[in-house]
Amino acid sequence: MTGTYLTDAVKERFPEDVLGTHAFRGDDTVVIRKEALPAVAAFLKDQLGFDMLMDLTAVDYLPREPRFELVCHLYSTGRNVRLRLKCPVPAGDASVASLTPLWPGAGWFEREAWDMFGLDFKGHPDLRRLLMYESFEGHPLRKDYPIDRHQPRRDDGAGRTDR
Amino acid sequence: MGLETAFGHSYLTTRLDEAVNWARKYSFFQYPFVTACCGMEFMSTFASTYDIARFGAEYPRFSPRQADVLFVVGTVNEKLAPVLRRVYDQMCEPKWVVAFGVCATSGGFYDNYAVVQGIDRIVPVDIYIPGCPPRPEAVLDALMELQRRVDRESVLDRRNK
Amino acid sequence: MNRAPAKNWDIEDLGEGRLALNMGPSHPAMHGIVRLLVTLEGERVVSADPEIGYLHRGFEKTCENVTWNQCIPYTDRLNYVSPFINNAGFALAVEKLLGVEPPARCQYIRVLMSEISRVTDHLTCIGASAMELGAFTVYFYLINAREAMYRLGDLACGARVTPAYARVGGLANDLPPGFAAEAAAAFKAVRENLADADRLLTRNRIFHDRLRGTGTLTKEDAVAMSVTGPALRAAGMPFDVRKASPYLVYDRFDFDVPVGSNGDNYDRYLVRMEEIRQSLRIAEQALAQLPGGPVNHPSYAVILPPKAETHGCIEALMAHFKLTVDGVKPPAGEVYQAVEGANGELGFYLVSDGTGRPWRVRVRPPSLPLTAALPAMVKGGYIADVVATFGQINMIGGELER
Repeated sequence: MTGTYLTDAVKERFPEDVLGTHAFRGDDTVVIRKEALPAVAAFLKDQLGFDMLMDLTAVDYLPREPRFELVCHLYSTGRNVRLRLKCPVPAGDASVASLTPLWPGAGWFEREAWDMFGLDFKGHPDLRRLLMYESFEGHPLRKDYPIDRHQPRRDDGAGRTDR
Repeated sequence: MGLETAFGHSYLTTRLDEAVNWARKYSFFQYPFVTACCGMEFMSTFASTYDIARFGAEYPRFSPRQADVLFVVGTVNEKLAPVLRRVYDQMCEPKWVVAFGVCATSGGFYDNYAVVQGIDRIVPVDIYIPGCPPRPEAVLDALMELQRRVDRESVLDRRNK
Repeated sequence: MNRAPAKNWDIEDLGEGRLALNMGPSHPAMHGIVRLLVTLEGERVVSADPEIGYLHRGFEKTCENVTWNQCIPYTDRLNYVSPFINNAGFALAVEKLLGVEPPARCQYIRVLMSEISRVTDHLTCIGASAMELGAFTVYFYLINAREAMYRLGDLACGARVTPAYARVGGLANDLPPGFAAEAAAAFKAVRENLADADRLLTRNRIFHDRLRGTGTLTKEDAVAMSVTGPALRAAGMPFDVRKASPYLVYDRFDFDVPVGSNGDNYDRYLVRMEEIRQSLRIAEQALAQLPGGPVNHPSYAVILPPKAETHGCIEALMAHFKLTVDGVKPPAGEVYQAVEGANGELGFYLVSDGTGRPWRVRVRPPSLPLTAALPAMVKGGYIADVVATFGQINMIGGELER
């Protein structure tokens, strides 16, 4: 299987923190403990040359526990390889270290993940809602948010509630 | 107009109606409230192939205060709803609203938490254009329908919708 | 749970002589609905804060509630300026999840339609941004060219803007007879209109001055900000998914990836202009090499059988029923499939739990990092450059906010 040297490299460096690896359909994937996220991410960026954070998102696996999973897709422009980095996040402590200090491009992706899933990114410089409005309650992409629950906006669009 | 108080229901008023409506229907100044995919067909309708200028409606005004027709082109979601209402409120009478495409008409196939299920929940609508997105021919048809509707109005009508 | 602080829109933190300017959400120089709160010092931009979400339509949530194939019409409306690319990308991702490969003819047609879409996207981007800078004639020329391309899409699938042409494992239908001749005529029209636009814009002093040196993003910053597509290539990084990890049959075509050197708006414009020509090249090669044969995968576990067969064959009827009611059922797992969208890498991250409906559909929107990088691009420039920069990043609300 191609590319498993990548997952092996991560496993070798962080034997305690890697929860599992797979390469389903050729996508190299490393699952790590969320506490190790900053260290592993820094290793991937500085040592393995993953200089681009292609995507960062989350998945809600309700009713499984740990409920959430943070999913990052990394790309190395120098070596033209990709790696998926995942870490489970329990519902009780839905927070994870921010990757924005490493990859500035993570900023908006993390804002979106906060907005849609309610994942708290510790150390994010500006964690605001990205797509929904401030008066919106809940996080729409969570599995327990009903798809048809509307929340009409009560302010005037400029942030003032004078209507 | 101010003149209706002097003329009342009379021959002069109907003559005035004709003149005023003729001017209005062939010189729509429109405000394109373009949000989404329908904007692509809106652009096509504007360009030379379909040439909306034939109907005297080619002139977009990006200030709502100078516009007669509000084209709501595309999906309006809950976040945008107050903005649309504010734009509508800023337009001077007489004013007309066209819901362009199914999203503006009814929310379309976006039946979910984010999308307003039809802009008629926010502003009164005169013409609905079906299609996802409507083809330019449908847009021109709607424009002609709007012209016919304007033609039937009287300066005595209070457009207090 | 709503912990994030409300944005303070009151103007109190402004320093001496500074001005806060609110552009949008409905602004003439912003195609699409976005709000940009700009802080100015004189005419210089001190900071900019884009606020998006005005076209959030719950795409990802909706996809979790429909079958895999029913997602395809929704993908049309992600980047509605180049819908075929979204179609093809999503179908490709589901096929990767299933572990199937559609027939060669289908792959060629997908490439062909993707490139047609890329042309429409770049034409619209250049036309609209030229219009915003005052070059209205160019807009008419380029929209005329786009009409020719829309006509091709209309011929292939009956829709101009939202085709829903791809299916998991194939296409909705084969190309109509005579398509190649129509396409050749359309490509000729595009080339003519493009040459006109080129003469009007590329060496135009006003246009050049507005774009050259504005909205600059260095290669390093672009990579750090996850920017892809024409904006990254304009900064000098030759990253194109079609070359880096070829999908469909892109490895069989001869085409170049234009690369800029300054990373400013003018380079972005030049990259887009050249990409239109390269896309036409690919499309012509795809048409010339187009193999015969079926367009759909042979297995009825993947794609609907021909309608006629469902009337006479019980297996086909059952397959039709199962696929319509339950949908195609990929194995449990996750895949990420990237395609080169018109604005950059368009990625689909799919999670399946083994049922006929997706557990999670995530789109990696190329517009999002671009819009996130907008403050860095306009900072220090003039307020008028915001319009030029915004035109050249080609923000598409549908994919940005989904």
